[in-house]
Amino acid sequence: MPHDHHDHDDYHHEGMSSSGHPYRADNDGPLTYWQRMEIAVRELLVEKSHLTPAQIATQIEVMDARSPANGAAVVARAWIDPDFKARLLSDASAASREMGFDIGPLNLIAVENTADAHNLIVCTLCSCYPRNLLGLPPDWYKTREYRSRAVREPRAVLREFGLELAESVAVRVHDSTADMRYMVLPARPEGTEGLSQEQLASLVTRDSMIGTGLPRQP
Amino acid sequence: MAERVRVKALTPPGHVRVPWYLRGKTGEIERPLGAFHNPEQLAYGLSAEEKPLYRVRFSMAEIWGDAAENPNDTLDAEIYAHWLEKVVIHAA
Repeated sequence: MPHDHHDHDDYHHEGMSSSGHPYRADNDGPLTYWQRMEIAVRELLVEKSHLTPAQIATQIEVMDARSPANGAAVVARAWIDPDFKARLLSDASAASREMGFDIGPLNLIAVENTADAHNLIVCTLCSCYPRNLLGLPPDWYKTREYRSRAVREPRAVLREFGLELAESVAVRVHDSTADMRYMVLPARPEGTEGLSQEQLASLVTRDSMIGTGLPRQP
Repeated sequence: MAERVRVKALTPPGHVRVPWYLRGKTGEIERPLGAFHNPEQLAYGLSAEEKPLYRVRFSMAEIWGDAAENPNDTLDAEIYAHWLEKVVIHAA
C-alpha cells in the first residue's frame, strides 16, 4: 500500500516511463523564500482589494497568448512592405503597435540581417527578452552557458545551432543590458516571391528572430 | 565620425547594469536611446532620476583581444551616460 510509506523518497519511480523518458521528481519540496514572498504579496494585494484573482489569471492568459507568431507577422509584413520595414527599423515598438499587437511599454529595436551581417540577441545580465511581442523565451536563452558564450564565441554557438556563417559575414551580438529589447529581422529566403504575407509568416521561426536560426525554406 | 567612448572601469557595490566584461573597454556610440530611470536606484525602490542611455558598439578584438573568434565582429550594449567617458584622441 503506497500510504504505508513514511518516506516520500519511496514514491520515486525508477528507470524509464512507458514512453521512454526518465521520470521527473515531483516538485513537492518546500517553497523557496521568493516563492513564499510572491504568494504573500499576491494574497495581500487581493485581500486589500488592489487586484482580484480573476485579474491576475487574465493577465497570465494575456502573456501566455503571446507567441512567436506575433513577431513572425511583423517580419512577414516587413518583407513585402518596404515602407513598413523602414518604420520597423526606425521604431520597432511603434511598428508592432501599428499591426495591432499590445506590447505594453516594450522598447523594441529591430536589427536587420543582410548579406554582410548576422545579428544575435542575448542578455548576459539576466534574461531580458521581447516577451510582450514574442511570448516567453526558450529555456536555453536563460542558461548561463548561452548567456556567457553568445558574447564570447558567437560563431561557435551558432555552429551548434546548425548555422555556419562565412567569415565575410560580420556577426553583430546585441547584449540587452538595460531598457531596450531586441528582435532580429531575418533576411527573406530566396524563392519566396509568389508567397502571401501569411505564407511568409509561416516560414519565420522563433530562433530566426533571436538570431540562432534562419527562416524555413518554402 | 562616431563618438568614441570608454566604459568606466569602476566596481561600485550594489545593482549596476554594466557587464563586467565591458568595463574599461572602448567603443563607439551606435545611437542615443533617450533617457530612462536609473536602474541603480530603481533596484532599491528609490525615486530614480532619468539618465541618458546609449547603445555602444565594441569590436570583439577590443573586448577579447587575441581570443576573439573574428576581430571585426561586434557587440552592442546599452550603457548609461554616467558610466561613459569620452575618449580624447591626441594629434600625433
